[in-house]
Amino acid sequence: MSDVLVDIQNLSFSRGERVIYRDMSMQFVRGKVTAIMGPSGIGKTTLLKLIGGQLIPDSGNILFDGVNIPKLSRSALYQARKKMSMLFQSGALFTELSVFDNVAFPLREHTRLSESLIRLIVLMKLEAVGLRGARDLMPAELSGGMARRAALARAIALDPELIMYDEPFAGQDPISMGVIVRLIRELNNALGLTSIVVSHDVKEVMSIADYVYVVADKTVIGQGTPEQLRADPSPLVQQFLNGDADGAVPFHYKAAAYEDELMELGK
Amino acid sequence: MIANRLQKIGHQTLSTISGFGRAGIMLFGAIVGKPDFRKGFPLFIKQLYVIGVLSLMIILVSGLFIGMVLSLQGYNVLVKFGAEGMLGPLVSLSLLRELGPVVTALLFAGRAGSALTAEIGLMKATEQLSGMEMMAVDPLRRIIAPRFWAGVVAMPLLALIFNAVGILGGHLVGVEWLGVDAGSYWSAMQANVDLYQDVLNGVIKSAVFALVVIWIALHKGFDAIPTSEGISRATTQTVVTASLAVLGFDFILTALMFGG
Repeated sequence: MSDVLVDIQNLSFSRGERVIYRDMSMQFVRGKVTAIMGPSGIGKTTLLKLIGGQLIPDSGNILFDGVNIPKLSRSALYQARKKMSMLFQSGALFTELSVFDNVAFPLREHTRLSESLIRLIVLMKLEAVGLRGARDLMPAELSGGMARRAALARAIALDPELIMYDEPFAGQDPISMGVIVRLIRELNNALGLTSIVVSHDVKEVMSIADYVYVVADKTVIGQGTPEQLRADPSPLVQQFLNGDADGAVPFHYKAAAYEDELMELGK
Repeated sequence: MIANRLQKIGHQTLSTISGFGRAGIMLFGAIVGKPDFRKGFPLFIKQLYVIGVLSLMIILVSGLFIGMVLSLQGYNVLVKFGAEGMLGPLVSLSLLRELGPVVTALLFAGRAGSALTAEIGLMKATEQLSGMEMMAVDPLRRIIAPRFWAGVVAMPLLALIFNAVGILGGHLVGVEWLGVDAGSYWSAMQANVDLYQDVLNGVIKSAVFALVVIWIALHKGFDAIPTSEGISRATTQTVVTASLAVLGFDFILTALMFGG
């Protein structure tokens, strides 16, 4: 068994005319929390959808546990997806099902376990995220942080090998942020998961990730453990880590020269 | 200028055709393949309730009133020729051949079609469909297929109910109020309505409309741009497109069934 669970090799992807990734390579090691950081709008969520096989790259390989996701047949892809799960930014809970039924959903779909056994598993998963008492609530009754935790319980219901977090910290208050940071780390260790966290919250990511990729300009611009990354000489990486408003990534959107445009107006 | 316009026409034609293609692929993915009755049947029953049973009220009320109005208008004309005994066939044939299937389909597009589009569009916008796919559950089979079959089964039944209530409404106005002889109302109806020519053709029409309306509604939702504006536009398009398609198909089917 290889040490690398997800291996992205020379990936290129574009949407219409716009190139999102050019010849990018990344590795995600088993049992580790690997983070992908980068400015918003560079297609971090797209990368997760590529790994999940919801989008097909223009070229390059995405090996998941040895199989090349973009080349899989439909049924083989669905088999592979049973071993991975994804936590969407919105949680993506099914609004017409209660929290309990949401967590039970993948179990009922993919296993033939008896209802009493399903109940047991669901309660265990809900206990792990601290929502056992909220099992009868509907998703509309949950706060944002609770919804994300319920979705997390659903994501681990089938004991996947890989779990992908899409912006897990976005729009959370400090307390739920702390809860989610702790959960990602603890679940990863306790369940022997491999985690991919996509985020631009530098502080949180640096505190839990074992390895970090910084993505910008359509490819990886910096990588390493959080310590290595802090010592990275690249101005782009430093600007991102420190959150400087202007620098290698300019403050201004690409535009014609300011003076020229003002003069033009006067004509 | 002309080149621009040509380009626009070409672009629109292409996007229309690719829309048809996407709709076809969606339907194909949803209904072709090995059915799983153990999981599918409860979902189908639930949708039959949501799409069919919950539409009953509007169908019953509209059917009753359309039957009553038909009877009233028909009586006023027929009585001039002393032919009010033919009121039964007039009401029943208009309903069975045309008004039943068509009005049911239009009401269905407004009541159930728009709701389906909005529901599926919102599921898409809140990433529920994506999430389902990532859980290795095919949303086409899980979400689209039960709704499709429920609609196709429900609408012909609704149309039959509409017809029955309409005929009773006609009786109410014609016989109970305006004093047409009850015996001639029913016996003339019995003599003039043919099971295959009239009743069955009406059911066939209704089944075709069901297919068209539900397909449009599901496709518009599934293809909606996942923003609030996109969903509102998709919902409107469902009602408009489905209504026009029903009227267009009605003409074609009527020409085929009763034209020669």
